[in-house]
Amino acid sequence: MIARIVVTPKPVVNDPQGITVKQGLAILGFSEVSDVRVGKYIEVSLEASSEHDARQRVDSMCKQLLANHVIEDYHFEIEPDGRRR
Amino acid sequence: MKFGVVVFPGTWSDRDCGWVIDQVLGAELHYLWHKDADLKGCDCVILPGGFAYGDYLRTGAIARFAPVMQKIEEFADRGGLVWGICNGFQILCEAGLLPGALIRNASLEYRCQWTNLVVERTDLPFTSKCTEREVIRVPISHGEGNYFADPATLSRLEQRGQVVFRYCDDTGRVTNTSNPNGSMHNIAGIVNARGNVLGMMPHPERCSEAELGGTDGLKLFRSVAENAMKVLVS
Repeated sequence: MIARIVVTPKPVVNDPQGITVKQGLAILGFSEVSDVRVGKYIEVSLEASSEHDARQRVDSMCKQLLANHVIEDYHFEIEPDGRRR
Repeated sequence: MKFGVVVFPGTWSDRDCGWVIDQVLGAELHYLWHKDADLKGCDCVILPGGFAYGDYLRTGAIARFAPVMQKIEEFADRGGLVWGICNGFQILCEAGLLPGALIRNASLEYRCQWTNLVVERTDLPFTSKCTEREVIRVPISHGEGNYFADPATLSRLEQRGQVVFRYCDDTGRVTNTSNPNGSMHNIAGIVNARGNVLGMMPHPERCSEAELGGTDGLKLFRSVAENAMKVLVS
């Protein structure tokens, strides 16, 4: 199975990278952009007996290591037949 | 008095700390390899600056799982002195030994410069040689030293007087322009509630000899050397 995990800075955390990227987009003429947040994409290949089991394991991975709960939120998808991108 | 300096792959300030301890202070020095779960009977353990494990994922995120960290957590629980400098501060936050997190500098720039710090606690083993609200000059060198904590944590830190160092101007005024990285409340260093675990972004080991442009950092090393033996480790 493949878990596709997205980690983002919490809304209350100032994201200077996002602000800077937004400024870059504005310079390129994308004036419609109101906000940019820069996070991380993490792909984890794992073995699990069921999707439910994989979901629990991956959630635990996020809590213990992949995201820092002080500054980051996370969400993920499990693809039972997923391939590495 | 024995100082231990932890060495992870990617640590870079270990020898600077070691030099101050061994050559300037004349205290006993032990380097503590991250894979060895042994603090060698040290009275104070320093987590020095650098990029432990390449700072992969997040600063300090992988370092906290090193075998030596388990021992450091136990040591801190018993009241032992733990001192995180720069990357060491980031590791202590990741390990949950100190609250909050260090995020990317507001300027997005790596900042390598002198800063002024007002010392807000002088009753700690780390700062007893400083005077009340003394302004010390200590350099920083980091890209991710922007202290963040949620509002509840921040107010708890302030109420309990856990902010030890704050970026200020040379007269001790805490201003926006003297804040080099965007840290909340100009926080440069905090201590845990018990007062035995200190984390700070500035580098006292880089200003402990006149040849390096300042000796204010030595006050902190001297404070620890004088007090570590008095600290009761249960």
